[in-house]
Amino acid sequence: MEFAELIKTPRVDGVVLHRPFMPTVEGTLCLTGHHLILSSRQDNTEELWLLHSNIDYIEKRFVGSLGTIIVKCKDLRIIQLDIPGMEECLNIASSIEALSTLDSVSLMYPFFYRPMFEVVEDGWNMFLPEEAFKEIETLTDEWRLSSVNKDFGVCPTYPQLVAVPKAVDDDTLRKVATFRHGGRFPVLSYYHKKNGMVMMRAGQPLTGTNGRRCKEDEKLINATLRPGKRGYIIDTRAINVAQQAKARGGGFEQEASYPQWRRIHKAIERYNILQESLIKLVEACNDQSQSMDRWLSKLEASNWQTHVKEIVTTACLAAQCIDREGASVLVHGTEGTDSTLQVTSLAQIILDPCCRTMRGFQSLVEREWLQAGHPFQQRCAQSAYSNSKARLEAPVFLLFLDCVWQVLRQFPCSFQFNEHFLVLLFEHAYASQFGTFLGNNAAERLKLKLPQKTVSLWSWVNRPQEMERFLNPLYEPNNLVIWPSVAPQSLLLWEGVFLRWNRSSKCLDEAYDEMVHIIEYNKELQSKVNALRRQLAQLETGDGLLETP
Amino acid sequence: IEHLILHHHISSVEKLSLTTSGCPLLIQCRNFRVVHFVVPRERDCHDLYSSLLRLLRPVSFDELYAFSYNPKQNDQQREEGWQLIDLSAEFERMGVPCDQWHWTDVNREYKVCDSYPRDLYVPVAASKPIIVGSSKFRSKGRFPALTYFYQEKKAAVCRCSQPLSGFSARCLEDEHMLQAISKANPNSRYIYVMDTRPKLNALANRAAGKGYENEDNYSNIRFQFVGIENIHVMRASLQKLLEVVGARALSVTDYLLGLESSGWLRHIKAIVDAAIFLSKAVTAEGASVLVHCSDGWDRTAQVCSLGALLMDPYYRTLKGFMVLIEKDWISFGHKFADRCDQLDGDPKEVSPIFTQFLDCVWQLSEQFPQAFQFSEWFLIQIHEHVHSCQFGNFLCNSQRQREELQLREKTYSLWSFLLSEQHNYENPLYSAALAERNPVLEPSTQPCHFKFWTNMYHQYDRTMHPRQSLLKHLLAVRESSCALEKTAHELEAVGARDLSVLLHVVPPTLMCGEGLPARSDGERTVEGSSATENSYAELQGPFGAKAEPHLVSLEFGVARMTC
Repeated sequence: MEFAELIKTPRVDGVVLHRPFMPTVEGTLCLTGHHLILSSRQDNTEELWLLHSNIDYIEKRFVGSLGTIIVKCKDLRIIQLDIPGMEECLNIASSIEALSTLDSVSLMYPFFYRPMFEVVEDGWNMFLPEEAFKEIETLTDEWRLSSVNKDFGVCPTYPQLVAVPKAVDDDTLRKVATFRHGGRFPVLSYYHKKNGMVMMRAGQPLTGTNGRRCKEDEKLINATLRPGKRGYIIDTRAINVAQQAKARGGGFEQEASYPQWRRIHKAIERYNILQESLIKLVEACNDQSQSMDRWLSKLEASNWQTHVKEIVTTACLAAQCIDREGASVLVHGTEGTDSTLQVTSLAQIILDPCCRTMRGFQSLVEREWLQAGHPFQQRCAQSAYSNSKARLEAPVFLLFLDCVWQVLRQFPCSFQFNEHFLVLLFEHAYASQFGTFLGNNAAERLKLKLPQKTVSLWSWVNRPQEMERFLNPLYEPNNLVIWPSVAPQSLLLWEGVFLRWNRSSKCLDEAYDEMVHIIEYNKELQSKVNALRRQLAQLETGDGLLETP
Repeated sequence: IEHLILHHHISSVEKLSLTTSGCPLLIQCRNFRVVHFVVPRERDCHDLYSSLLRLLRPVSFDELYAFSYNPKQNDQQREEGWQLIDLSAEFERMGVPCDQWHWTDVNREYKVCDSYPRDLYVPVAASKPIIVGSSKFRSKGRFPALTYFYQEKKAAVCRCSQPLSGFSARCLEDEHMLQAISKANPNSRYIYVMDTRPKLNALANRAAGKGYENEDNYSNIRFQFVGIENIHVMRASLQKLLEVVGARALSVTDYLLGLESSGWLRHIKAIVDAAIFLSKAVTAEGASVLVHCSDGWDRTAQVCSLGALLMDPYYRTLKGFMVLIEKDWISFGHKFADRCDQLDGDPKEVSPIFTQFLDCVWQLSEQFPQAFQFSEWFLIQIHEHVHSCQFGNFLCNSQRQREELQLREKTYSLWSFLLSEQHNYENPLYSAALAERNPVLEPSTQPCHFKFWTNMYHQYDRTMHPRQSLLKHLLAVRESSCALEKTAHELEAVGARDLSVLLHVVPPTLMCGEGLPARSDGERTVEGSSATENSYAELQGPFGAKAEPHLVSLEFGVARMTC
């Protein structure tokens, strides 16, 4: 298919662009296969380059022959284009609609994007499972890397290599896979250096209504317990939801079969409930004309903050079991690809200082989301403005980023990256020139040949000139486990995402710059003082008598 | 762990029903501290309870802490403390007196209005008989007087109380008075009269012979209701708010809906909205504004002071903010004694009007992080001392009462105390240059920009604070920069002069880079904090049980005590 077929009118002059808190721009609108471009042809006015894949929804309006297209983006921005001429407007609108909803992944922009920078360190090779496992190997010999899923035959959503207890062989894994939803047998998610406790994740056990058992499954997870120790199973579903799952062949671990494990149920919502929550939240945030009271009740009705609280609380609980109770933990929900990953990844942020570094966090996203098989393609197909009946879409990853932001806000000096980095990940998960978030799992990414055909987000973001924007100037490594407060008063609305386009950010940006300046200045002074001291010391010992002080 | 609580801070003591571990005593403080004691023996508890009740109800001002508080200053230091804030200098700063406005001694004996200050500024055209006539037509004699002068446009902000207009009464002197205010501003043909009450309340007042200005009787006024609720509504609102956020295991739903039904943020927004209206009328339109409510000492004080804060960057400095409070709150007779329940008085007079003002200022500082020289710690500290009765500034209801009690001779001023530890209250992000470029603040009034001030209402609830304080960190960095600047300077001087002095100038501890100095302040942060404090879930059962605390009651993470 040629993009040209979809572009009936590639160019319109005299288009006026309206954006909140920015001056209007008049210029020429151009459509290309992947971008909507507005150029003012004046040197100093900013142009608009919008990826079609970032467009969530458009609305058309006509007043006489003047058409207006309201473009609602997946990053929650809303812009308005006034287009003279009804036909032009209709053509543009239908082209945008077609181009922003392309079915085929291989037509997406990342397959066409050529980087304007030299790829020094290829992001596709930065976080390979075998590399990540090397560190664990230095700490313990109880785990091994299994290639039982080499051809994705045992579990289509797992990567080719997974970490499992050394005592369990591949045949056992194959049997366990038949007992777990989607073949997602328990694998290692996190190893807690401090006490050797582990966190594992899996799909739900397929016990069904008649209470099916699987000796191999019991053997596998018991193999992770130290002698005489017990563990916790955190089921991210409420007990009644887990009960209902039995009727569909799913279920949960019965006490009788798993006597060494204590099961805790937490209620983390999924799918359309989350999607509706996001839609309501964004609606409330965009509502300009409301009284104080309606704002709060709308915020409440969206339930977004409740979801945030539930996820943070569950992650803290998992971390508490590992760090405070000295127990190992198995986390699962139904498929083990959504709420499970929210909990396991957030728990690592709390427990592991490495995950709070730039590299470590990227590695976490790579391990616990991309390789762990969170279906990004499905979940991020639409954002808050789409009115199509959402089925697979859900802001699962956005919720995780929100939770990370909450912890970051409570521990502003403990993270090497800043809020901008979290916002960046949100944007790129929904629309990107990079291939990182394409596909739903490792198998799909391999089939799409993403590492060969697209550029990794990590290749770009780790270049020093880009990275600088995402580094937290306040960062001071904090080796402690960080326990956030989960009181509703401590969990704030993430303004950087949800009110981003509804406020003028000038004052806040300037304040941030000032903060950076204060810290930079201090660093400069320190090196200046140190240099002066060295000079003086040299002078004193006589070595530098010939140098000028 | 020891706990010190000032008796003046305690707003209520409650004996709860007996439990197995003892008799619980719940103490709620005005600085939003909640303390839960468990006294093992019921008799002890009762004794404690009744003696607290006795101590909590001072009947005369000289029982208050300020009269016994002695910071080891001599008389001269004390006097200097009181002289820090000079309101006549403040009016001079605004450009008053000038050709249109002058000082009047009409109230020098407090005869015209006993709740006003002695020194007042009025239009030159308003003669004494007009002032006196106007004051007789205004509730409590609070006639229109200047509180802020916007020199750039010669526009004035005046304040007063409601007119005694009833359904039809008029007063020529009062009409003249308003005309004089109008004429004093050559840039505008009209003045605004802002009645900060809801229209319904103002209408109801007419039946009692009070009310609001009839536009037909006053030439060139533009009358405007603003709709801020009265002290009783505000008191109930705060009470509801504290009930909501004080609940244990609070859910997000209960929190947000409770916050909404308390109406607290709605009231805060109403005050900010009014202040923005005032600021726009003065700075954009160049019109003078007369602000009043019923008696002109609650809502009027809120709106006038917040409006001035928006217009004039000086009030956003540490010193300027003190001046603003002295002027619009203390000197113009906000009834601190009644509103803050300093003496055993009428509970219906108590109301968090000043707390609301501080809350509004905080909301603005959130929108404009670089506009204020002070941080929220300053606001919280002022709030603390408005209720502590440790300093003389906020005692009594009026200047006249303060003079009678000779507070300047017998007590100390808060402002010199705060200035002496100024570095603790500074906002490291403050930019004076920015204030010069954009002197007038234009805040957004979208509802989503009004937030619950956790660090105020949960100031003693450390589990809810951010675990690392950005503010504290930045202050420390700035302090370290100062020290480094000095060291660098000394090193350069040494390098240029004499090497042998080197080791004496530079303390060896500084040789490996300055560490951040430790600070002492009211902020408590916990690096990492603890999992048990947060109760993510009850981990019960054979291997999840936690040891029960021994005769210790931990309520809301606030207090821990064994009796």
